[in-house]
Amino acid sequence: MWMWVVHRTTGIAIFFFLIVHVLDTALVRVSPEAYNTVIGHYKTPLYTLIEAGLVAAISLHALNGLRVIAVDKWTWALRRQKMLVWWVWIGFAIIMIGFLPRHFMHAFGGA
Amino acid sequence: MSQAPELKAPNKAISHSTLGRARRWSWIFQRVSGALLIALIAIHLTVNLVRGDGINQIDFAFVAGKLASPFWQWFDFTMLILAMVHGGNGMRMVIDDYARKPWLHATLTWALRITTVVIIVLGTLVLFTFDPCPANADPSLLPSFCEDFS
Repeated sequence: MWMWVVHRTTGIAIFFFLIVHVLDTALVRVSPEAYNTVIGHYKTPLYTLIEAGLVAAISLHALNGLRVIAVDKWTWALRRQKMLVWWVWIGFAIIMIGFLPRHFMHAFGGA
Repeated sequence: MSQAPELKAPNKAISHSTLGRARRWSWIFQRVSGALLIALIAIHLTVNLVRGDGINQIDFAFVAGKLASPFWQWFDFTMLILAMVHGGNGMRMVIDDYARKPWLHATLTWALRITTVVIIVLGTLVLFTFDPCPANADPSLLPSFCEDFS
């Protein structure tokens, strides 16, 4: 039940980001200056955190999506669907532990 | 023993030949596109945010360098279509679940359809009409291969 809520909220958030992301990338068609100005905002500390949230939302939605596919397809997965929720969170933790230090070093460390 | 209540107005049987088929395709599409999007977005995020200089490397020259290659044009095109249809289909389910008033349901459904089409058309135009070396632009902002043309 909670994973259903997580799947919906992350899905809706990603959809709205996708619209904004296509619009900001469309600025490459306007001028290099326009694109660089707008994309420069993505490099501020606030957006660095929002990007971390975005990667978190995509990872959760992706892993839980795989769980939904498995539960629909195989009875063994249906029997163990609660245990699979734990695997979703473990996979999510591994991705974030890999991504966050790298991303924060890029954004804050000047690396 | 208590008696089961009599059904006065049973629901109409759903026509599985039309509505059922559409829902089945939407169900299959959501799963197939979802699996493909995991691979595409993992590559997209790795190339743009993890490798090299991460978020700091993203500027016009970086994007122009990528989109000058047909591989990335078609990669981004596939990702754009699959993501917008997958997301639009998911949003349709959310609207169907919560927007119960007919006028609200119709308004949101049409807003979603228009948004989805506009974003797909805009994104496709940008990907395939894009010039990585626009004339009269500041050369310092362009990818390095643009020098060969000037």
